[in-house]
Amino acid sequence: MKPTLNSILKSGTAALALTLGANAAVADEQVVVYHWFEYMPQELVDKFTEETGIEVVIDTFDSNESLLASLKAGALGTYDVAVPGDYMVAIMNSEGMLDTLEEGELTNRANISEEWANPSFDPGRQHSIPYQWGSTSFAVNRDAYSGDINTTDILFNPPTELQGRINMFDSQGEVMALASLHLGIPQCSTDRAELSALNDLLQEAKQHWISFNSDTAKEVLVSGDAAAGMIYDGFNAKAREEGANTEYAFPTQGYVAWMDNVVLLEDAPNRENGIRFMDFLLEPENAAMLTNWTAYASGVEGVTPLLDEALRTLPEANPPAEAGAAVFIEVCDQETQAVYDTIWTNLKN
Amino acid sequence: MAAGASSGGSAKSDTYAEARNWLLLPSWIVIGIFVLIPVILMLIYSFLTKEFRGGVIWEFSLAAYDQFFFDRGLFGDSPPVIEWTYINIFWRSIWQAGLATLLSLAIGFPTAYFIATRPEKIRPAWVFLITIPYWVNLLIRTVSMKFLLRDQGPLNDFLLSIGVISDPIHIVNTNFAVQLGLFYSYLPFMVLPIYASVERYNFALSEAAADLYATKWVTLRRVLLPAVKPGVIAGCILVFVPSLGSFLAPDLLGGARNFMIGSLIEEQFKGNAGNWPFGAAASMILLSMVLVILMIFARQQAKANKGDA
Repeated sequence: MKPTLNSILKSGTAALALTLGANAAVADEQVVVYHWFEYMPQELVDKFTEETGIEVVIDTFDSNESLLASLKAGALGTYDVAVPGDYMVAIMNSEGMLDTLEEGELTNRANISEEWANPSFDPGRQHSIPYQWGSTSFAVNRDAYSGDINTTDILFNPPTELQGRINMFDSQGEVMALASLHLGIPQCSTDRAELSALNDLLQEAKQHWISFNSDTAKEVLVSGDAAAGMIYDGFNAKAREEGANTEYAFPTQGYVAWMDNVVLLEDAPNRENGIRFMDFLLEPENAAMLTNWTAYASGVEGVTPLLDEALRTLPEANPPAEAGAAVFIEVCDQETQAVYDTIWTNLKN
Repeated sequence: MAAGASSGGSAKSDTYAEARNWLLLPSWIVIGIFVLIPVILMLIYSFLTKEFRGGVIWEFSLAAYDQFFFDRGLFGDSPPVIEWTYINIFWRSIWQAGLATLLSLAIGFPTAYFIATRPEKIRPAWVFLITIPYWVNLLIRTVSMKFLLRDQGPLNDFLLSIGVISDPIHIVNTNFAVQLGLFYSYLPFMVLPIYASVERYNFALSEAAADLYATKWVTLRRVLLPAVKPGVIAGCILVFVPSLGSFLAPDLLGGARNFMIGSLIEEQFKGNAGNWPFGAAASMILLSMVLVILMIFARQQAKANKGDA
């Protein structure tokens, strides 16, 4: 590689990241991971370093969109692997940010469970492996409301007890997806009448929402600031652990599925180590360690017998028979996304 | 006083006349690299074409400014009318920042006066006390504030227990909470410049006013306030400007139900919108507004100084 200004800057950033990491002087091999905050237990990181001698340098982002923005602004070439959500894998791929896992490069490829081997966002798993998956809907504090909660009416047409006491995610994708399910319209609809109805629904429902908070979605339910709120399945399990009498809903209209994935980035400075990291995470033992810690679900075959008993029977992971389908957030085309942006701005005006 | 603060002690500084330009060089480099270049970059980006999902295409475009000022309906093809959405967002931010500034002034001025009228020896201790809470990160202070104010928080518990109220007061997720948050975040920026002014104030002037049968109120308004006005103005600017662009307090304490300027701009770079030119244009409009406000202040200051001479 020619030492262009860009590459000098990039290696400078990586070097800085390395210096900031622990034991910088000891390890000469490293893998640079761009990850969510608090999404990997330290024991697992240490275990990887112990087995491979490769040091793990972790940098964090706080949303799929900020991951994309940061890579777009020139951070590509700094990291080996990143952990984007489902739809962001598709977007990053369309932006040419993902490297391809060649045939045979990934020793543990066969460990990817059948149902996640060929997802819509990365057909054939050419660039990614499963990290964790789960669902997004909402939870209701049972002290505040005892009626049926398995309906999206809870958010968009709430009963009196919950009006003005609902926290929404501050995230366009999830809110729009749930609203579309509520209306029974396709995501990223291009139909004008349907888009107008979506706009009207959100305008009307906003009066019942007290706040928009993603980061503190669990905390506001535990503290009682909100009596109902959008939440990830694992977050609600933690909320219950912390003493909140909340129940996770599986609306009959459907709810949002998500899957975080480890992707191999284009221009990875330590490509080999990135692949070893992915192989490591595909070992059932390691995947189980991760899942026992996150309380979500793994996409790796053979993990189930290694999971904690409590996790297997978790209400958040076992939808009732009458629950609607879990759907991934879809990636809209430019024209529809522009309308979505306007609807979102209208909502937050 | 005609020459104002700029040339204070000009005779003395002649010693350094030659070195002056060199001594300023580090500041110019820092300002150039970290202020001027980013601002110019923003200005250029605001006139470029947006790329889908972030980034820019290097083609001249006025689309960002058009989006700010003209509303073309949900689907972007209705005849343009004036867009109130962003003007509302700006107005809301200005209003919030203005109220926070007034609140800071109402508490900050007496505080600064109090400190400046203590014996000289213990004044540094008081200033020190003012700064202690600010050793803690802003985010943590804002979150702590939310804990204090919430419905089941200590404030409501206390008020309930002494029987002043029978139901908890809802403070979190209101505009008032945002103003409290901003006020609390930036209070020292109000206290310290006013303190510096009041400390230099010659209290013999107040006594003279009293001797001339001025009431306390008249003394404050006609003698003390004009003398410490530069400190008050500096304090107001230092609180108003950061409040205007802040998004921590509105998001955490206000519930983020409505965009503020800061969160609107953030959304363009880090959110779904991914509209860099629009984010840059909104920043440039904000920057111009702040500049205009500063210039009005500076002009008034200059006029006042001329009046003194």
